Amino acid sequence: MSARRGTKWKLNLLLGSVLGVVVLVLSVTGLFWTPGDPLKLDIMHRLQGPSGAFPFGTDEFGRDVLSRMMLGGGTSLILAAATVIGATTLGTILGLVNGFYRGWVDRIFMMFNDALLAFPGILLALGLVALIGAGKTGIILALTAAYTPKVVRIVRAAVLSLREREFVEASRALGNGSVYTMLRHVLPNTLTPIAVFATSMFGWAILVESALSFLGLGVPPPAPTWGNMLSTARPYLDSAPWLSVFPGLFIAMTLLAANLLGDALRDRLDPRTATA
Amino acid sequence: MNDGANILSIRDLRITADNERELVRGVSLEAGAGRFVALVGESGSGKTLIGRSILRLLPHGLAQRSGTISYLGRPIEGFSEKAMRNLRGSEIGMVFQEPLVSLNPAMRIGAQMAEGLRTHRDISADEIRRRSIAMLKRIRIPDPEGCLTAYPHQFSGGMRQRIMLASVMLLEPRLLIADEPTTALDSLSQRDVLDTMTELVRESGTAVLLITHDLGLVSNYADDVVVLKAGKVVEAGSVRRVIDTPRDGYTRRLIDAVPKLVAHSPQSRNGDVILEGENVRLTYGRKPGARPVLDGVSLRIRAGETLAIVGASGSGKTTLGRALLRLTDVDEGSILHRGRDITREPDRRLVSFRRQCQIVFQDPFSSLDPRMRVGAIVREALRGDSDLGRAEADRRVAATLDEVGLGAAFAGRLPHQLSGGQRQRVAIARAIVRRPELIVADEPISALDMTVQRQILDLFADLQARHGFTCIFISHDLAAVQQIANRIVVMDSGRIVEEGDTDAIFAAPSHDFTRRLIVAAPVFRRAATHSIQVRPEPEGDTVS
Repeated sequence: MSARRGTKWKLNLLLGSVLGVVVLVLSVTGLFWTPGDPLKLDIMHRLQGPSGAFPFGTDEFGRDVLSRMMLGGGTSLILAAATVIGATTLGTILGLVNGFYRGWVDRIFMMFNDALLAFPGILLALGLVALIGAGKTGIILALTAAYTPKVVRIVRAAVLSLREREFVEASRALGNGSVYTMLRHVLPNTLTPIAVFATSMFGWAILVESALSFLGLGVPPPAPTWGNMLSTARPYLDSAPWLSVFPGLFIAMTLLAANLLGDALRDRLDPRTATA
Repeated sequence: MNDGANILSIRDLRITADNERELVRGVSLEAGAGRFVALVGESGSGKTLIGRSILRLLPHGLAQRSGTISYLGRPIEGFSEKAMRNLRGSEIGMVFQEPLVSLNPAMRIGAQMAEGLRTHRDISADEIRRRSIAMLKRIRIPDPEGCLTAYPHQFSGGMRQRIMLASVMLLEPRLLIADEPTTALDSLSQRDVLDTMTELVRESGTAVLLITHDLGLVSNYADDVVVLKAGKVVEAGSVRRVIDTPRDGYTRRLIDAVPKLVAHSPQSRNGDVILEGENVRLTYGRKPGARPVLDGVSLRIRAGETLAIVGASGSGKTTLGRALLRLTDVDEGSILHRGRDITREPDRRLVSFRRQCQIVFQDPFSSLDPRMRVGAIVREALRGDSDLGRAEADRRVAATLDEVGLGAAFAGRLPHQLSGGQRQRVAIARAIVRRPELIVADEPISALDMTVQRQILDLFADLQARHGFTCIFISHDLAAVQQIANRIVVMDSGRIVEEGDTDAIFAAPSHDFTRRLIVAAPVFRRAATHSIQVRPEPEGDTVS
């Protein structure tokens, strides 16, 4: 049984890494170099299909789709990474402290937290972007605010069960202070669920960011993102399908990679399956 | 014994895992109608697998390689899956170890009892109800009608296990397989469950295969014993024969591991009072009228003594231990450490107290941080000692690991790589590495195998002799207590009902509850002839 599980996480890891590396290499490169100018208009070559000169074709203004995909991907990854780091850090601190110390502060805080959780993430992000204003900072803040409550829930739940374990009480019996116990014994044991959630959150953040851009609330044009590329491609679904296929494919690949890596991470990080 | 009379007969059973490792290596045994057969072995010996293979319910990845299992003379290998389903529950009943898990917490007792009858017998709902109530009456559950509409959590572990037993026996199976049915229970409930089981099977002539690690316990009930070690039968025969004249070295070790009543000298009682509880009261929850967990407990622990706190589960003994160490706050009363009142002191002012008073928890699987290596776990206890140099601390950790019987090689291991006994050694090392003056051991051996229990008890006694720490030993296992303690405090329902020197209490228990505890303890006594005698039935037996 362990042998079979052993190969399963390796398969997840392999597939996830391959997809992830493809997306990552393209996107990161796109931040520094692209084969064509992603913003240069070229009406003569508008709506051309994939060819040697334009591997992914051109859009309605004759811009190189591959170049736009690469730059847009880079922007998306930065936004997603900032969101994940922000939401995870904030959510872990809040969840850890609330779960460990309990009390009335925790109760009131969690009421607000649960109220926020009641909104679908995308709806919350939509409202917040409308409030803060579109643009990179706005999106990062909105997505962070939308995802933090989920992290708080996950971390707090893990902490609640950990704080009743005897090794936490044992630490107290050794005379260790509560801050030390919380950081040394409770926090490391919550890292697995946090890491797993953060990985798949990365995928979701890209999806929600794309959706916001699709709705016109994301990074303002002419800067490309996968979402606004999809949005502008919609009228040409029949005549120029490559405009929507490539961004859609990359969003799907990124999500899949994030989820596969998340699964692999979960199996790997379990101290019971880790090797000494 | 001819094969036709046997309800169950196993010949040369072999079970292997995916990786070709043989877990059960050629086991044969048989059980005739009305026979009570005990399958005894430690964890990992394959005893549970044998039980499951009879029902053809082996876990995924394990397969029966060879041998035959015959039920009423017919090999079950030939049975179809449908025929097996008819066999399970109806003809062959099964009781599991954890009554907390094997009863569905969301189903009423009545519905769970009815489940088997509805599936296997064609009788009306009224008849099912009538039979269920009759059965609950027979196992002396108070208010059987009310019990049918109650949920499992409303009963204690022992009662749940008896209810489980009742619902299995309701179908009058010809064979009952009980897999460690009493391991999770305290000794009083253990006895209740086994008494009930014996009574029910005697009446219906059911054959019983009792799977257990506790030779002392089954010796009072079983007819035959099969001793299993690493998948092999090392000894089989009637209980009396095996216990009186064990032929195999391993059996002898198992028998030796069962605690014996030995006399020892009471400790001098003029040591300083280290820890003192005065009229301690504690109630969980704020519900008015909630039963207090500690109901006015006062006791004193003097330097050098080993004080045992005994009682059934739920008697408040664990809570008392925690309250004395200030791990639980008390509602009323006071706790004094060397005369200093520490009842309301905040944690930061308890540093020196915590250094002096340590605890070893019951469950070594929960008391060690799964992400820390053994060396770090033990070393952490020295964190507060700034006067101890780094090298000195390392040396102390290595020496302590050595002392508890784990070499320095263990320092790099993670807890999940250790067995239960080894983990408990780590927990003990963590407690003694600071050289505390007092250690509270909260049921330190009850989660371990019999022979391991013995080793840990010996280790404890050894360390105590070497370092001279005072010990509060919390246990429901009177036999273990008898070995290690000088003085005993007996608790029942949050009160101390009896207190005195160990030998005096064992010789003449004055409280009725103590008497029952002593009788329930699974121990052998050595008679004057030096042969081992199984403790006789409780009624009217005075312990002398």
